[in-house]
Amino acid sequence: MDSYEIVVIGGGPAGMAAAVAAREAGVKKILLIERDRELGGILQQCIHNGFGLHHFKEDLTGPEFSERYIRRMEELDIPCRLDTTVLQITANREILYINAEEGVKTVTADAIVLAMGCRERSRGAVNIPGSRPAGVFTAGTAQRLINIEGYMVGKRIMMLGTGDIGLIMARRFTLEGAKVIAVLARKPYPGGLMRNVVQCLYDYDIPLMLRHTIVKILGKGRVTGVLVADTDENSRPIPGSEELYECDTVILSVGLIPENELSLSAGVKLDPHTGGPIVDESRQTSIPGIYACGNVVHVHDLVDFVVEESEIAGRGAAGFVLGCRKAGSGATGSITSGSGEPRPAPVQVLPGEGLKYVVPQRMRGNNGEDRLDLFLRVNRVYGRSYIEVKHGQDTLKRVKRLRLNPGEMERLRLNKGAMEKIDGSDLIVKAVEEDG
Amino acid sequence: MIDVAIVGAGVIGTLIARELSRFKLEVALVESSNDVANGSTKANSGIIHAGYDAGPGTSKARFNVLGNPLFDALCEQLDVRFNRIGSLVVAFSRGERQILEELHRRGIRNGVGDLRIIDRQELLSLEPNLDDAALYALHAPQAGIIDPWEIAVAAAENGADNGVDVHLNFPVEAIEHSNGCYRIIGPNGEIRTQQVINCAGVFADRIHQMVAPPTFSITPRKGQYFVLDKSAGQLVNRVIFQCPTQAGKGVLVTRSVHGNLLVGPDSLEIEDREDLATTRDRLDFVRRSAGKISKNISFGEVIRSFSGLRATPNTKDFIIEECQQAPGFIDVAGIESPGLTAAPAIAQHVRDLLSRRRGGLEEREDFNPHRRKAIRFMDLQEEQKNELIRKDPRFGRIICRCESVTEGEIVDAIHRKVGARTLDGVKKRVRPGMGRCQGGFCGPQVVEILARELGNDPTEIVKNEVDSYILTGPTKCCEQQDQPAGADLMVE
Repeated sequence: MDSYEIVVIGGGPAGMAAAVAAREAGVKKILLIERDRELGGILQQCIHNGFGLHHFKEDLTGPEFSERYIRRMEELDIPCRLDTTVLQITANREILYINAEEGVKTVTADAIVLAMGCRERSRGAVNIPGSRPAGVFTAGTAQRLINIEGYMVGKRIMMLGTGDIGLIMARRFTLEGAKVIAVLARKPYPGGLMRNVVQCLYDYDIPLMLRHTIVKILGKGRVTGVLVADTDENSRPIPGSEELYECDTVILSVGLIPENELSLSAGVKLDPHTGGPIVDESRQTSIPGIYACGNVVHVHDLVDFVVEESEIAGRGAAGFVLGCRKAGSGATGSITSGSGEPRPAPVQVLPGEGLKYVVPQRMRGNNGEDRLDLFLRVNRVYGRSYIEVKHGQDTLKRVKRLRLNPGEMERLRLNKGAMEKIDGSDLIVKAVEEDG
Repeated sequence: MIDVAIVGAGVIGTLIARELSRFKLEVALVESSNDVANGSTKANSGIIHAGYDAGPGTSKARFNVLGNPLFDALCEQLDVRFNRIGSLVVAFSRGERQILEELHRRGIRNGVGDLRIIDRQELLSLEPNLDDAALYALHAPQAGIIDPWEIAVAAAENGADNGVDVHLNFPVEAIEHSNGCYRIIGPNGEIRTQQVINCAGVFADRIHQMVAPPTFSITPRKGQYFVLDKSAGQLVNRVIFQCPTQAGKGVLVTRSVHGNLLVGPDSLEIEDREDLATTRDRLDFVRRSAGKISKNISFGEVIRSFSGLRATPNTKDFIIEECQQAPGFIDVAGIESPGLTAAPAIAQHVRDLLSRRRGGLEEREDFNPHRRKAIRFMDLQEEQKNELIRKDPRFGRIICRCESVTEGEIVDAIHRKVGARTLDGVKKRVRPGMGRCQGGFCGPQVVEILARELGNDPTEIVKNEVDSYILTGPTKCCEQQDQPAGADLMVE
């Protein structure tokens, strides 16, 4: 059976960045597995710009951003299996995959990095009643059809949801000559980045209808229209407020779900708040030697933060592998789950008041760094407010914000001084709106 | 002039066609839709009932009890998944026990064996996730689950392999009868036949009225369902019915042969025979009603909701008879529940009616009862998988990641007799798009494969019916190049 030091599952920006970081940390035998015919993941269909502003200090398109990592993969001579789907992984770090050349094959790894990304919430998952005609697409599917396959999907478009892909696609449809009638948000605020609302909707005079939702899809063969209703304070449609809009296409941008079926097959524990694995600061999951990064852990707004997180995971996995190598095992997959040194109980990082989630959810002091970045999202829009990290009675960190929005991920850095104060008790992160 | 034309390619029409293909008959199967199994057959509970529901002496009871035991051999021949998981009718109060006893007695009178009323302790050991209020249940071990469109597609394919002529997109506009010949007229042609079998589902009364005065009417009765992800499929081990009460029948909860959880249906009479819209209020009702069975149904795992129409007859019973005013015209109408269970027995009965009219039927020596084996790649052993991939590398490419469907399976489904021509046709046959992402990832790839295999432009590929176009044309840049970006993939 072939064995590797690290197998990375997923060849999007997360997987590539993790593989690159692991190689740079000294890991020799790495394999990256990608189900598509080429590397790059969803970035390949993101032909708009706005990528890399933080990481490369440049304004790149999606394919340009991924090209930099593809080139780095080549420079570092990291082998990939393309057009290859992983069917199952185990807690013992066996990976079962399938492709046309090798058939069904099992390989082992000292460490696995999960970087499968996320999928879009579908019509069924958000339960929009009505008929089931053609012409209902998720934003990402439409993006693939237009930008990769080269086909338009409709002429008069109603969009539900204000995720970033949806906002980008509203502009894309307009540039392709389609009419975007409106973009509807169930909540009183948009779900995506403000910069996308401005650049993709306002700049193109596309109406943003907050507090509206689709309550019925009409049409037999193809969509012919939708009934749109106002929503109440619980985002539920208000009966009697329905209005008919004629359209031939409905685009859904109603959320992304980390794709963790493989993680579950290995027994990795998930966080119900993120939908992704519970990870520590090195992005190790609940199973030793299995790491995770990118949108499989939590849905990011910016690829820049994805690669930053993935470098942490890549270094973490490298540390695990090199530690095994030093201990005289590993590199051949001979180490078994949990056979390393006993792991001390981690400190828990918990989302407190005002937070939807915080990542990492655990701290073990194992990333070899003297600072820690916490990534978090709030659960609603807040005006002038502060985010703080509490450790018992101590406040380890407090930052002020003029505005907090669930659509914008927040990053909070704990420095060395704060880190040294942490003993065994939990950290609680919360967001508090200031009066007035 | 052919011998027999069957109008309607649902599970009834396809199984009749397949049954008649045993004999030296020229048979045509005529369907208004763009695929077989596109009406009530594609949207029902998929349950093979034991037979205690219908009143003794009815055709429903008779064909249900006759049909149920036929499924093992039939599904073996047609290579269709079928599981006899058993069913439970659950009583949630002491008063409901009497109803169970009544169902039990009715079952015995209908000739259903092995029925048993079990107590709470046994019930909870069989079904630990049932609500605490569950007290007793009527257990029927012979009940089963099936994929209703899978058996109809398989029957159509096997029928076609044995010579049945399948005409899709043939909406019957008129039927003219003279000198022992029926002319079935559609928009693009006509079929001349000696006998007609009317299996037109919710339209069966209209087809009947093309040849004779009305003797029955059909009212569509809509039922709505939720499908939950496979992660929720282990909630129950059997088909769980609620005890029918004055408030109604209540919804059922079952796993599907594919491992999903199915919750529904409600029941609502409607006017429009093509109205398949789901509605929020009725789905809310389904959700509430199912809560009586178990509090542990994770509705957060819903991947789809759908509705289907039952062809409810005003006669309250199946109508399976030769039309008195139109000799050689056989109605098979009002086939609502337990119609799926009854279907194979109905097919045999129709064969007998036809045999009587024609003075016997002569068997063909070359009839092959077996459909060519379906390829279910993921069910194969590892060596078999690798052998298949060596023969055809397309089995090494996973197209649908949720259901693990390979390109090889999709190509096979397209090139079978009565093969897939549409996105939904592929989905119905080999399941890409049935999973949790609902085709978000695989949809564009399936369109590409369909276009390539059928020699069409991707813009010609439809979701289901001919007017259900998916793509509107090339994007601006591709238009200028006068060649879509995917064009290079289509000329392989």
